[in-house]
Amino acid sequence: MGILESLWLLIITVLKILLIIVPLLLTVAYLTYAERKVIGAIQVRKGPNRVGWGGLLQPIADVLKLLTKEVLVPTNSHRFLFLIAPILSLAPAFAAWAVIPFSDTAVLADVNAGLLYVLALTSLGVYGVIIAGWASNSKYAFLGAMRSAAQIVAYEIAMGFALVGVLMVSGSLNLGDIVRAQEGNIFTWFWLPLFPLFIVYFISGVAETNRAPFDVAEGESEIVAGFHVDYSGMAFALFFLAEYANMIMIAALAVIMFLGGWLSPIPFIPDGMGWFFAKTAFMLFFFLWFRATFPRYRYDQIMRLGWKVFIPVTILWLTVEAVAILLEIEPWFALRAA
Amino acid sequence: MDFKLFVFWVFSLVLVGAAVGVITTRNPVQAALFLVLAFFNSAIIWMLMEAEFLAITLVLVYVGAVMVLFLFVVMMLDINTLPAREGFTRYLPVGALVVGAIIVQMVFLIRVRWFSADDYPVPTPRGADYSNTEELGRAMYTDYLFQFEVAAVILLVAIIAAIALTMRRRPETKYQRPAEQINVKKEDRLRVVSMDSES
Repeated sequence: MGILESLWLLIITVLKILLIIVPLLLTVAYLTYAERKVIGAIQVRKGPNRVGWGGLLQPIADVLKLLTKEVLVPTNSHRFLFLIAPILSLAPAFAAWAVIPFSDTAVLADVNAGLLYVLALTSLGVYGVIIAGWASNSKYAFLGAMRSAAQIVAYEIAMGFALVGVLMVSGSLNLGDIVRAQEGNIFTWFWLPLFPLFIVYFISGVAETNRAPFDVAEGESEIVAGFHVDYSGMAFALFFLAEYANMIMIAALAVIMFLGGWLSPIPFIPDGMGWFFAKTAFMLFFFLWFRATFPRYRYDQIMRLGWKVFIPVTILWLTVEAVAILLEIEPWFALRAA
Repeated sequence: MDFKLFVFWVFSLVLVGAAVGVITTRNPVQAALFLVLAFFNSAIIWMLMEAEFLAITLVLVYVGAVMVLFLFVVMMLDINTLPAREGFTRYLPVGALVVGAIIVQMVFLIRVRWFSADDYPVPTPRGADYSNTEELGRAMYTDYLFQFEVAAVILLVAIIAAIALTMRRRPETKYQRPAEQINVKKEDRLRVVSMDSES
């Protein structure tokens, strides 16, 4: 390959990355707006309604406000780690999007170990939280970091097991192939034959992103704001961005793994990227709904749910599934053959 | 190919630097973070060797889970490194002796001439559709099933032993019993008393 050719490839790839990242950033911005509007509606108030028409420019105003604020570094904190922690939590949240298939052909990197890659990257996000909590040299931040570490390790196991179930019926680690294995109609999508795993996966996903009702790492009413209590300005904004990017990521993965990705639920309407986005938005709504509905779990209740409920449920369902595939029982075995 | 070599050098330099950092830094949390960096870089070098499954699993298991727990423990402990440093010069000769012995043994065991480039032909690169996840799975669950299960049982024993050693019954702590909470009935908690209204 000549120099020119590789340069061209580089430019094209960077353009593709921008094509994913820029809409992602916009989605994050308007997800915060949607969140405030939805929670406002649930609590019978208006939500943001002053900046722009119906408050539509509110996210832009928030970004500008955060950009102009000073980034404070507390005394006796570990300066380098304190400043690198927000980047460490944001980078995996973005990098994981490289393997997400938006449609049959639209995927940045069509690698055959895509699912593993996504799992590995989502498990790296916790370092931002832990390092931030430790480097701040504050007790509240430290408590938040410790809670987050224990929580993520617990729920990652349940999440991994739930995805093993998906692998067993699809027979592939490639995210595109996983969607293709679900072809058929709305009832052959994996959410139905793998229903317990779907539920476990999504709730573990909510826990992994430290969202309510699993937001003990922040816990405003207990430990002020947890791991990011000492952050301000853009450094805080990066944490915020990472949290929302992770939410979209978890929703998109749930869609790919269980809800048939870009496949159309209605027979006469063609498949396409639009379905992927619509389903992702549908799953994202649950995040907002949960936040407005459930009170925060206590720490020991989180641990109980993760270790004593979700892990046994996934192991049980994996056994059921394995037996079904072995005995060639219909829905599971048919999925396997396709 | 040249670019690959460049990537290799960059990541191996960072790897060696991080490994040195693990043993030279005085702060235990920093040492653990250096170890994370070392794991990550070695994962990328494995990736260059086309061992994608192992590389990603290294990140997933060691960086994503084991080191998180490690950091958890290291951060909780208030380790004072000064007392550990006290008898450094006194024990230095013994330490040097042990290190020397290890180096001699290693040199005997993995002599350069047994691992020269002539004995091991350059492996042929596989095509893009070659999945080493599948190959590994096949080898592990067919050819080496027995060894795999033995390893699993050993790990299970280790888990049970660790739990048995650290578990303490603490009758004074209060905890929730969700089953009882769910099964509670109105009659258990509420007593309706009929009484005449006064005045």
